[in-house]
Amino acid sequence: MARRIVAGERSVEAPLLEVEDLSTHFRTPRGRVRAVDGVSFTLERGRTLGIVGESGSGKTVLSRSIMGLLPRTNVERTGTIRYEGTDISEYSQAEMREVWGPEMAMIFQDPMTSLNPVMKIGKQITESLRFHLDMPKGEANDLAVSLLRSVGIPEPAKRVKEYPHQLSGGMRQRVVIAIALACGPKLLFADEPTTALDVTVQAQILNLLDAQQRERFMAMVLVTHDLGVVAGRAHDIAVMYAGKIVEKASAKTLFASMRMPYTEALLESIPKLEYASHTRLASIPGRPPDLANPPKGCNFAPRCRYAQERCLEEEPELQAGADTGHVFACHYPVGTEAGAEALARNLARGFTPAQDEAEVSITQPAGSGA
Amino acid sequence: MAGSGRAHLRDDRDDIVLRVEDLVVEFPAGRGRKVHAVSGVSFDVAAGETLGIVGESGCGKSTTGKAIMRLVPIAGGTVTFQDTEISSLSGRKLRELRQDLQMIFQDPVSSINPRRPIGDVVAEPLEIWGKSDGAEAVVDKVLTDVGLDPEIARPKRRHEFSGGQCQRICIARALVLDPDVIICDEPVSALDVSVQAQILNLLEDMKERYGLTLLFIAHDLAVVKNVSDRVAVMYLGKICEIASPDDLYHRPSHPYTAALLSAIPLPDPTVVPDTVALPGDLPSPLDPPSGCRFRTRCPRAGDRCTTEEPTVREIGPDHFVACHFPLVGEPAPPAGATPVEVGSGR
Repeated sequence: MARRIVAGERSVEAPLLEVEDLSTHFRTPRGRVRAVDGVSFTLERGRTLGIVGESGSGKTVLSRSIMGLLPRTNVERTGTIRYEGTDISEYSQAEMREVWGPEMAMIFQDPMTSLNPVMKIGKQITESLRFHLDMPKGEANDLAVSLLRSVGIPEPAKRVKEYPHQLSGGMRQRVVIAIALACGPKLLFADEPTTALDVTVQAQILNLLDAQQRERFMAMVLVTHDLGVVAGRAHDIAVMYAGKIVEKASAKTLFASMRMPYTEALLESIPKLEYASHTRLASIPGRPPDLANPPKGCNFAPRCRYAQERCLEEEPELQAGADTGHVFACHYPVGTEAGAEALARNLARGFTPAQDEAEVSITQPAGSGA
Repeated sequence: MAGSGRAHLRDDRDDIVLRVEDLVVEFPAGRGRKVHAVSGVSFDVAAGETLGIVGESGCGKSTTGKAIMRLVPIAGGTVTFQDTEISSLSGRKLRELRQDLQMIFQDPVSSINPRRPIGDVVAEPLEIWGKSDGAEAVVDKVLTDVGLDPEIARPKRRHEFSGGQCQRICIARALVLDPDVIICDEPVSALDVSVQAQILNLLEDMKERYGLTLLFIAHDLAVVKNVSDRVAVMYLGKICEIASPDDLYHRPSHPYTAALLSAIPLPDPTVVPDTVALPGDLPSPLDPPSGCRFRTRCPRAGDRCTTEEPTVREIGPDHFVACHFPLVGEPAPPAGATPVEVGSGR
């Protein structure tokens, strides 16, 4: 098997993954949909980046763009993706095939549909081992059994001969993880790996991913809509809204001193166990903008309780916060004087300047009294 | 867990709207075998109350809801709705009853007919019951109540709405006949957190405005805790624990409840995630374990749990548990941390 990229001019000193100004636009009858719009980030070996946002914020399209898993027609992808220093953004499907498996792998959201229903589980795991690593059949089978054991499947020797429908949802997701880990990838994309699962199984799967990642010193991109899932598990967190990264920081910094009103609103909308029952939840009014026709100015302004006239005119650039690596895009950030003034002004007049576009009910942020 | 018994039924109260006693639902699985979906579940719901039912997939919580609606056949036990025994009703009487007993389903998008305009979808229950006079005004009112603009929403079809808006439409359709009880089967599990909060708030508002009694079924204890007055925890067709939500959170007595609590991810990076999650999967309901059905995954299981099924008993004021070795008297595990004794001996 060809191993062109492995032999390429990749360097161990370069970061594992560098994404620069990545945009993915879909051409649709309604116009150009900017699903991912100018996203940049760097991921070092062995680190976990959590990507958080609502449905339609572009987080899945972002990970698919990096993996090269976009539809072939009516898509425009621009920007640079460097993997170990090599630009892979212009790679063809055939070249990407060498990357998938030993370099990057992906776990999809729905374990019910991401397995082939008419192929035995063992075969689905050994497929990539045989293709990428030229492994003899017997050796690949043995490795498949030990992979299944390492992802916590009981009686793995029996399971390799079974079909997906014979397993529960949690077990199927473990098989999907075993397939992704088979060739020992350096970078794993997990796209909402637990959304289709129960809380107890979710905890099992997240623990499993954690353990495998540490064992293999693998980098991971964990995509989810639940800030609770990434809080204790990601080193860095990027919050996406309308195709853009609107805030990025280390997990500790993000939760301790979040600046973007959207991050604050996302966190507040999670029902907390320690709340007394019948506590009214702070929801985000409205819904994400139409990406074919995004609003002028800040994309979040129509739903934001801090919004001022300026937010409707001028789009905020990403600016650096006090802590290293903390960036956010907001004119009136949470926890600053400007933000507090903006909120006080909106509370005093009872509406925000964006109210013609969407009804924004202004509520006090939790914890600020009143 | 997994106990039968009726100790938690409140016989002394006269405002019980819905009472389920020893409900059994079984499905034939071929070769004489049966899926034991619900095995002897009892509970009651008082007027204006929200009863939350929580448990993993396959624990029988949705089947319980459907059995009350008589959407699945009942194999045993009784369901009493407003002094009417409904488990033996059929035909016209059953259909008439459903005016007062409505249901909201998990997937809001697939529970709306894609080819009909929303105005017709919401008005259909009124047409069926011959209440077409003034139907338009009623439809407009419920659509406004659930936060949609009737002028804009009525002519549109479901593909023009987001998931959260579709759930609002489903709620409007359930409200249009002014029912007494609504069974909500995982109404928010297909939605994003931000939309989830909108729908939960909406349900609370509608409960107040329409004087509803709710049966709220979900797998997320944090969500159930937020909306319920009383919570029943189910496992493999049986009730484990039933208590007020705050009691359940501060003093979980059943090992399964404690495990469910510890599995909830917390939005706080300083809390180290629980590394001793509940092991394994739900056993097959075709052949449930003897004695206590939770014993195969329970960290506290003893010999007694294999032979003797625990029955529901009171261990505190309005706090009932079906367990031989409950975690009584022990402090609540800090959320997100390992529950008491879970993992010992493993």
